[in-house]
Amino acid sequence: MTDAAALLASKRPDLSRARINRRYAAEKRFRLYGLIAIGAAMLMLAILLSTIVAKGYSAFLQTHIALDVTFDQSVIDPEGTRNPQTLARADYRGISREAVRDTFPEVTGRRDTRNLYKLFSTDLEFEVMRMVLADPALIGTTKRVWVKSAADIDMLSKGYINRDLPQADRRVNDQALGWYDKLDAEGRVSRLFNTTFFTTADSREPEQAGILGALVGSALTLLVTLVIVFPVGVSAAVYLEEFAPKNKWTDLIEVNINNLAAVPSIVFGLLGLAVFLNFFGLPRSAPLVGGLVLALMTLPTIIIAGRSALKAVPPSIREAALGVGASHMQTVTHHVLPLAMPGMLTGTIIGMAQALGETAPLLMIGMVAFIVDIPGSITDAATVLPVQIYLWADAPERAFVERTSAAILVLLAFLIAMNLAAILLRKKFERRW
Amino acid sequence: MSLDQPVNDSEIMETEIKVSARGVGVFYGEANALRDVDIDFRQHQVTSLIGPSGCGKSTFLRCLNRMNDTVDGCRVVGSIVLDGQNIYSKDVDPVELRARVGMVFQKPNPFPKSIYDNIGYGPRIHGMATNKTEMDEIVESSLKLAGLWDEVKDRLDEPGTGLSGGQQQRLCIARAIAVAPEVILMDEPCSALDPIATAKIEELIDELRQNYTIVIVTHSMQQAARVSQRTAFFHLGNLVEQGDTEQIFTNPVDDRTQSYITGRIG
Ligand SMILES: Nc1ncnc2c1ncn2[C@@H]1O[C@H](COP(=O)(O)OP(=O)(O)O)[C@@H](O)[C@H]1O
Ligand SMILES: [Mg+2]
Repeated sequence: MTDAAALLASKRPDLSRARINRRYAAEKRFRLYGLIAIGAAMLMLAILLSTIVAKGYSAFLQTHIALDVTFDQSVIDPEGTRNPQTLARADYRGISREAVRDTFPEVTGRRDTRNLYKLFSTDLEFEVMRMVLADPALIGTTKRVWVKSAADIDMLSKGYINRDLPQADRRVNDQALGWYDKLDAEGRVSRLFNTTFFTTADSREPEQAGILGALVGSALTLLVTLVIVFPVGVSAAVYLEEFAPKNKWTDLIEVNINNLAAVPSIVFGLLGLAVFLNFFGLPRSAPLVGGLVLALMTLPTIIIAGRSALKAVPPSIREAALGVGASHMQTVTHHVLPLAMPGMLTGTIIGMAQALGETAPLLMIGMVAFIVDIPGSITDAATVLPVQIYLWADAPERAFVERTSAAILVLLAFLIAMNLAAILLRKKFERRW
Repeated sequence: MSLDQPVNDSEIMETEIKVSARGVGVFYGEANALRDVDIDFRQHQVTSLIGPSGCGKSTFLRCLNRMNDTVDGCRVVGSIVLDGQNIYSKDVDPVELRARVGMVFQKPNPFPKSIYDNIGYGPRIHGMATNKTEMDEIVESSLKLAGLWDEVKDRLDEPGTGLSGGQQQRLCIARAIAVAPEVILMDEPCSALDPIATAKIEELIDELRQNYTIVIVTHSMQQAARVSQRTAFFHLGNLVEQGDTEQIFTNPVDDRTQSYITGRIG
């Protein structure tokens, strides 16, 4: 006893300045590493975001040209009924082309006039039609209206076309350049907010291509995924964690779920192709099938997150509920599940965010098709945001480059909105202390 | 009634037997945590279970409301008879049983809900109140009986978890008595509390004795002496000795009991 005490007494703690300083230095170093790591991550993020924004923001503007359109009553609505069906059938191509020719009275000859029309979007006649349908009071008047330019003119206006190149290497020839400069000098060129981008689906013509189709496609797909994955995932997690007997079979199931979470997503696409399309004969390219495939893919993630959320509920709460005579089921539904809900929501959102960004499995079930209509239901052909980005990134036109970045921005905004919703939901649930 | 006043023998003998355990043993898998326990608990009495850590006190207590059913791999043998019925027989529903045999745990564990909902939860799931007024009455009288009413009557909708430790434990007692149990089990209810809160709970236990049969596990021999009329000493999974609290503490029969109460084992 005394020997032990003597031994311990002979070993004094080393409280020297040098040792203490070394200890603080180690801590300082560690903090510094942390700061450097975070700084590097932030820098990468900043570079990524700023390049995307720098490349993409111009897609939110579209070059428009002012045209003096004569909305001739005798052409549009000779009988004066203002019947929308009559109005929709009128010869707007004639009206709009006349307005174009009037702007350049000096241009004659078939070839030149045809080139002149190419300054404008092929959507021109429909733009004029939409104006009339939206406001029939225009009929019988002559009005200066802003219409979309062709994509090449848009690029020229945004400075993406080098005028110093020889004409043969340029998308816009000298003739068109001259016409553009004349319009510009007259104040007839302006870059306005690109509503088309947010109100249409894909198109071969960049100036008519929009993101709304893909956005709706993504929303419908995710809706299908959520509707399947949340109830199934939560029930599976609750059953496995709270009710299933612990034996070989449940161990096997657990191992399988963990493995499924690591299976490459394209495999789920192949599964979807084989099962949903070939066996069940569900429609190709449809958000229904996309949602089913993504549900299969995200289910393991959500079950795993759900189980750990359930595990994190203190056993004392279960005992308290059982102690006042609550049944097992009541204990779970009244106490354990509400407490685990925030964690389950987090897991679900992580899974959904993963699903939102997923491309590969959707390619397998045909959601990569070129689709010009905005899907109206989960069985319509549709595409989704990441696939749209992939398609545009592949397109040769210069104007699609900026649309690719703009689409990425929309995807990021969607993601942020989803996460925000998750945080709000979690806050709401956590307010039960 | 004063706490340190010894309880006279006639009072102890008169009351009826409420719970009677015979040959109770518990296995956790292969491990035999409790062997051959025979003991009776009488009405209007507080029985203390004492003994060193790990001797099986909690295990035994949890047999009395079949809480051990919820533990994987736990097996109970023997019989425990409550009011003439073996609670381990097939026709007894453990959920119903737990409404009749309430439990208070070592660490206060209020639900993360309002004080009102903490008390009201049990009565609600057992359909004890048909309307709000009845529920209000149950909540109020439970809190009054647990001596908490005056402290919380103005903040019934505040979280139960926001109370102090001692108040939380009294809330848990109120929650237990709200479902009108006949027996209340308490597993070291004061071990997480300061001396003042402990004194309040002890006082409360003594009052509750009028209406309930109480079994309390405690580490503190002073507490056992203060609150209980009967005491049972457990050691290494065996019930070594039981008797009137007076007798156990002044004149124990078994050497192990003697060693424990004098502080030589424990
Ligand atoms: N859930 C369990 N699983 C396995 N062994 C347990 C479990 N609970 C308690 N035991 C064992 O049973 C014995 C008695 O424990 P317990 O009843 O908690 O003792 P105490 O008298 O301190 O309350 C101890 O040896 C303990 O390790
Ligand atoms: Mg214990």
